[in-house]
Amino acid sequence: MGHPSTYEPSTGVERWLDSRLPVPRMMHDQFMVFPTPRNLNYWWTFGGILTFMLAIQIVTGIVLAMHYQPTVDGAFDSVEKIMRDVNWGWLLRYAHAIGASMFFVAVYIHTFRGLYYGSYKAPREVLWILGVIILFLMIATAFMGYSLVWGQMSFWAVTVITNLFSSLDAVIPGLGTTLVQWIWGGFAVGEPTLNRLFALHYLFPFVIAGVVILHIWALHIPGSNNPTGVEVKSAKDTIPFHPYYTIKDGYALVLFCILFGALLFYAPNFLGHPDNYIPANPLQTPPHIVPEWYFLPFYAILRAIPSKLFGVIALIASIGILVFVPWLDTSRIRSVSYRPIFKWFFWLFVICCIALGYLGSQAPDGWYLFFGRLCTAYYFGFFLLIMPIVGFIEGPKKLPGSITQSVLGSKAPPGGSQQHAGGAQ
Amino acid sequence: MNVVRTLAVALLAGLAIPATALGAEGTKIEAQDWSFAPPFGRFDKGQLQRGYKVYQYVCANCHSARLLSYRNLGEPGGPGFSHEAVEALASQAQITDGPDDTGQMYQRPGVPSDRFRSPYANDAAARAANNGALPPDLSVMAKARAGGSDYLYALLTGYGTAPSDMKMSQGMQYNTAFPGHQIAMPNPLVEGVVEYTDGTKPTPDNYAKDVSAFLMWAAEPKLEERYKVGARIMIFLLVFAVIMYLSKRAVWARLHRRDHSESA
Repeated sequence: MGHPSTYEPSTGVERWLDSRLPVPRMMHDQFMVFPTPRNLNYWWTFGGILTFMLAIQIVTGIVLAMHYQPTVDGAFDSVEKIMRDVNWGWLLRYAHAIGASMFFVAVYIHTFRGLYYGSYKAPREVLWILGVIILFLMIATAFMGYSLVWGQMSFWAVTVITNLFSSLDAVIPGLGTTLVQWIWGGFAVGEPTLNRLFALHYLFPFVIAGVVILHIWALHIPGSNNPTGVEVKSAKDTIPFHPYYTIKDGYALVLFCILFGALLFYAPNFLGHPDNYIPANPLQTPPHIVPEWYFLPFYAILRAIPSKLFGVIALIASIGILVFVPWLDTSRIRSVSYRPIFKWFFWLFVICCIALGYLGSQAPDGWYLFFGRLCTAYYFGFFLLIMPIVGFIEGPKKLPGSITQSVLGSKAPPGGSQQHAGGAQ
Repeated sequence: MNVVRTLAVALLAGLAIPATALGAEGTKIEAQDWSFAPPFGRFDKGQLQRGYKVYQYVCANCHSARLLSYRNLGEPGGPGFSHEAVEALASQAQITDGPDDTGQMYQRPGVPSDRFRSPYANDAAARAANNGALPPDLSVMAKARAGGSDYLYALLTGYGTAPSDMKMSQGMQYNTAFPGHQIAMPNPLVEGVVEYTDGTKPTPDNYAKDVSAFLMWAAEPKLEERYKVGARIMIFLLVFAVIMYLSKRAVWARLHRRDHSESA
């Protein structure tokens, strides 16, 4: 993958294994000496952080599942039993709940980093698309996990979201209703629904883990992008992954854990909704049904569209459109740092996403609805109009001659010989 | 890099949105000084014991707390009743048990492992006895309302006479903290309704404060343990962060040395 192997098995066991299942060779080549651009900044540390968060969610989740009961009568109480009577149950459950939020903090930063530095452009399109698939799976997993608490917000979120499929009645009468009842396993959200949500919530993280392996594989073919967006041109542009990036990623991970710990130990319910501590009641609708914070921008987009069917299409398209970004962006320059016009549109897009998050938490009427529609229009306009058009008309800033030059300035020695095979053009 | 920093701040501010958006319409809930405030707070055992008394003599007449057991009253981080006191408190409740060998249900005094006795057999009985209103279960009440213990205190001290321009429904009470200001629960706390033996003044204000603290413990019995474990882990992480930072600098210094020796 990517570069010639430098692994030398040093013991008999290693030689034996190397000709059968060369795992040590892979670890050595891909995680120890893997040539990585020397100029990666701290925005590049979120890949490692996300891997850590996935592991945390799987480990805490497996133990929680040992104590959880996916029944309409038992779910809410079994969660409270975990909080009260299971050894370290409060830690497991809060770590899992806050962990989901931290997972999304990291994945959104990771995604925006990819967007800013053009990490989706050739030859990294497949890497990017795998990332979008992971995002889709994460959203589904988080939604199903939230439902398992079986509080008021859980129940009504499931009701609202599963009901979205009934919008297909507008296409083929009866199709949507049939589909919704098939998903529910009945005529309303109930125990069969809860059971399948639990089963799938347990399954999906392992699917995510599988796609993550593909994502890392796809990363290790072209190698990492970097803040200049200039390809690796010589061996001098790269450093071995270990120790340089293991230590840098490790430091960033510890800082991330400080934020994680602060929320987990001192404000574990800060990001949640109090209504979810009220047991699910199908006869009583909460005054405001709002999703967890990480879904609010998508919720705002859903409600900005007056038609239910097109609202659902916009909701799906808001993430699905990311798949096409490598071809919607017509600029040959990767990093937004070197794109004087697009830079403004990019930061406006970031503000727009945060604004959508706020608008998603408010009732959709009056000015909230107006701005919700404005931001939704910009959200899609950014991808469908600004990305293709600005790429054509923009004159980019001068790129550095090489990664080494960008780090060391003009004092840099001229780029070395082309010994490094990793920098595919 | 400034733009990037602004983004980071904005993202974190974004996290706060759902929480701040919850303030109910036109109600005023003032933050109180609680002994259990993060990051180093502890429950005041005397307050929790008084709060349990208020709960037992006032709240428990109509409200259940089905997730709590009498044994919880003696567990670490709680009211800290002695084992004998817990047994005595439990035995005051008549618990329906059974069926026995003849298939009959029977009454027996409670034991520490019993859940708190619920005042009504079911929701329908609760509604029938309360003019159609259902007194909610109080087990996690302090986490199920925005504002938590501040809200509970504001609610319990928020009774008053309705403004003259407000039309009150039949049987409803005016309350400044309750969303919509009309609550079915009559003012439960009047001076002297519960006897305090530790010298604390038996005022409605003290009752409200003590029972709100008790309900916070009921909702979050592992709060003290969480703060204690949290402090250790946070100290570890902060020290570890410094070590990682210095290690990172030391490792990357090799690279900078290499660059210097090559360009020299």
